[in-house]
Amino acid sequence: MTASDRETGNPFAGLPWQDEPMLARLHERLEAQAQQEGILDVAYRTIDTPVGALLLAATDQGLMRVAYEVQDHEAVLQQLADKVSPRILQAPTRLEKAARQFEEYFSGRRTRFELELDWRLSKGFRREVLVHLPDIAYGHTESYAEVASASGSPKAVRAVGTACATNPLPVVVPCHRVVRSDGTEGGYVGGQGVKHTLLTLERAA
Amino acid sequence: MQPFEQIVHDYGPMVLRVCRAVVGPQDAEDAWSETFLSAMTAYPGLDPDAHVEAWLVTIAHRKAIDIARANARRPVAVDDIPERPGNSDRPESWDGDLWAALKALPKRQLQAVAYHYLAGLPYKEIAALTGGSTDAARRAAADGIKTLRTTYPRDGTEEKGAAR
Repeated sequence: MTASDRETGNPFAGLPWQDEPMLARLHERLEAQAQQEGILDVAYRTIDTPVGALLLAATDQGLMRVAYEVQDHEAVLQQLADKVSPRILQAPTRLEKAARQFEEYFSGRRTRFELELDWRLSKGFRREVLVHLPDIAYGHTESYAEVASASGSPKAVRAVGTACATNPLPVVVPCHRVVRSDGTEGGYVGGQGVKHTLLTLERAA
Repeated sequence: MQPFEQIVHDYGPMVLRVCRAVVGPQDAEDAWSETFLSAMTAYPGLDPDAHVEAWLVTIAHRKAIDIARANARRPVAVDDIPERPGNSDRPESWDGDLWAALKALPKRQLQAVAYHYLAGLPYKEIAALTGGSTDAARRAAADGIKTLRTTYPRDGTEEKGAAR
């Protein structure tokens, strides 16, 4: 609103400019209607965990993306808009089951995620590597070299590292269970401290 | 192209204000919902250089026309629904007196006032939407505001009081 509006007597000047409760209600209604009409291509929510806020995003095929705060949630959503579809809404309903399983995992009550996964953000050899990772049992680790052998390319140790570093579904696809041959933990998408926290959690449970 | 969530966040409040002014408190929520559902459906095909406010107001404008037509066909028009008693909470409310004053305006004036003062659209874009010339849209908004100052004379009292 400009000064000239006020001079001409804008009749709306005294009205509330934002109506948060109604907008929240309208947003919920939009989520439900978009889902029903089949135009909610990507639904997301964030959850609080001991390793910070996690962004969870799902298509109607399943969970597609998990991202740590250090990966910049806004940037990740923009990538999803570019690569998958801009029809993205914050719509927690589609992610209720996933959110519950994360909560159980972080409280040590869940050792395996049972979720539909949408693998579309991972291709080729990287995807082959990642698909194998849930076979590494909870509380156990494998070296990058062992994972390379299991993926049928024993020499592709570096490529396994790249696959882990670009894992679109960390925690659920447990790239944190892949460590260096010398026993040290190695790098991690969420940062080394987070990898250590996850491995410690799994050893304790 | 931004995630649609960003569009809802950035423009949802503006569209709600426009809907409240143009279709009234009874139908504003339906108009908002239908506007954003349509917008989301069409969003991937939107020209990246498009003026998003004008695009959304255009959709809201069409939804408002649909709602007005549907109401006209209904046996009980919105006009016949009695105002809630004791609804005298102006000036902080969209209900009651303001809506009564807006509803009394000629349609062109109401649209010009809402799209300029609540959506912030320039008169040129309003003219493209409602037909007629840019000058006609500017006059319609000015006439509408002039009428509102007499039929809903709350604004200006503080400013004028302070100036005295």
